[in-house]
Amino acid sequence: MVGRDADADGTDAADTALSGSDATLVESLLEGSHRALARVISRIEDRTPGYRAIVSALHDHTGSADVIGITGSPGAGKSTLVDKLALALRDRGDTVGVVAVDPASPYTGGAVLGDRIRMASTVGDMDVFFRSMSARGRLGGLSMATADAVTALDAFGKDTILIETVGAGQSEIDVVRTADTVAVLVQPGAGDDVQTLKAGILEIGDVFVVNKFDRAGAERTRAELEEMVHRRDEHTGTSHPAGHHGPRAARATGPTDDGYGATDPTDDGHRADDGVDEGPSPWTPSVVGTVAETGEGVDRLLEVFDAHATALRDSGELAAARRRRHAAAIRALVRAEVGALANDALAERGGIDALAARVRRGETDPYTVAAEVVDPIERCLERAAEGEPSGSSGSDAEPSGDRSSEKD
Amino acid sequence: MSVDANERPVRCLVAKVGLDGHDRGAHVIARAFRDAGFEVVYSGLHRAPEEVVQAAVQEDVDVLGISILSGAHNTLVPKVMDGLEAYGALEDTLVIVGGIVPDDDEEALKAAGVAEVFGPGTPMAETVDFVRANLPERA
Repeated sequence: MVGRDADADGTDAADTALSGSDATLVESLLEGSHRALARVISRIEDRTPGYRAIVSALHDHTGSADVIGITGSPGAGKSTLVDKLALALRDRGDTVGVVAVDPASPYTGGAVLGDRIRMASTVGDMDVFFRSMSARGRLGGLSMATADAVTALDAFGKDTILIETVGAGQSEIDVVRTADTVAVLVQPGAGDDVQTLKAGILEIGDVFVVNKFDRAGAERTRAELEEMVHRRDEHTGTSHPAGHHGPRAARATGPTDDGYGATDPTDDGHRADDGVDEGPSPWTPSVVGTVAETGEGVDRLLEVFDAHATALRDSGELAAARRRRHAAAIRALVRAEVGALANDALAERGGIDALAARVRRGETDPYTVAAEVVDPIERCLERAAEGEPSGSSGSDAEPSGDRSSEKD
Repeated sequence: MSVDANERPVRCLVAKVGLDGHDRGAHVIARAFRDAGFEVVYSGLHRAPEEVVQAAVQEDVDVLGISILSGAHNTLVPKVMDGLEAYGALEDTLVIVGGIVPDDDEEALKAAGVAEVFGPGTPMAETVDFVRANLPERA
């Protein structure tokens, strides 16, 4: 624990101060060096010493990018859609950053990151910065790394940042939740897919995309999605006076009608469970049809993204979304730090394997071991709280200081 | 600070350059690298040298493996090397070439900065070991 004390005080030099070479790196990134941007993202991914100071330094330069998360089951066409979205964004003069997350092998840690193969439309265009990221089997840390990579791309000056990830499991959901706008991709005839969406993803989608819309069953899938969005409305909707075709719904939907059109089942109680909602959310989740392969419907999808961004800004929901992102960052940082402390404590007690062996021999039980590990940490917290009575809730205060420059 | 105690995995780009549609070798090496615990970005087929450079720079890879069976290595590989140099990425990227390269050409490629050339029948373990032993130092 001794070695950790400096960290616990938040005075670890490597953590808070930007070293000379890192300051140069940050400067190069801000000046537009692709290599520096790539290197910063590597530092973030690898969690090498000093990366926090880098992210902190970059934080002052962020806030201008629209961040869009794209998720969906494997084979739904996420990468192809991201490719076409990047092209459409470039066509209107926006610069683009992409973070594509792929799973890693739980056995070797190795990974084949294949999302880049689909980036065919914008190859050779350095104003599209595409970065593949492996999940690397880290718990919770993935959303942290993704959010920090988005910070780097934002500070670099990218206008729009796309985060692409397979929509399976909590960590992926956490990843896309760091975005301002979340698009959930579904393919036609995926009746069971739509069913699986119920478990979490339905709640986080701002836009639902039925990709491969030229295939049989597309209309039906869209109808099913719309119905589910309605039902989500019925389940959670208590605070909204507006009906399904109320003025707010009409305003927020933007582009409408025709086969590929966005529709307007009324959203409600959207992420209101955070307790940071700033009044009623004006956004109505849209269901949009696309054929990513040909680019059909992609322009309309962009319009819907824009409409959502506008709705977020007009309603003050953007501030809430950004606050949620920062809250998630603080939470993840604190968890990771406390987890690391606990790991150190475990190692000091002979390591998890030895402790497990003791439990197996009947010498102790998991609860006792856990208490032994956690009690000293708890006592430290109590002592710290006594030492500085004005200090807010102990551990939470420290890492948030890291990101004190955050702004909504 | 040890938020994540994992050792940094080797990042590599396996790239196919030019008009060469034979990618079995690239697939096999990508799998071997993955199974060795590397993070492998695969470029896909028919990439221009500048696309390979773009990918290598953006992905910040330690290793660039160029698979080339078309015989155009003398034209394409130096273009990749020049591109890496233009981005300041040449000195800390290990560039290896796999495919069918005559001995004379091999010398020329090495002079251009390619670390090693692996011909047909090279055992996977040999390539993996070479990469591990020759990883560039990171600043």
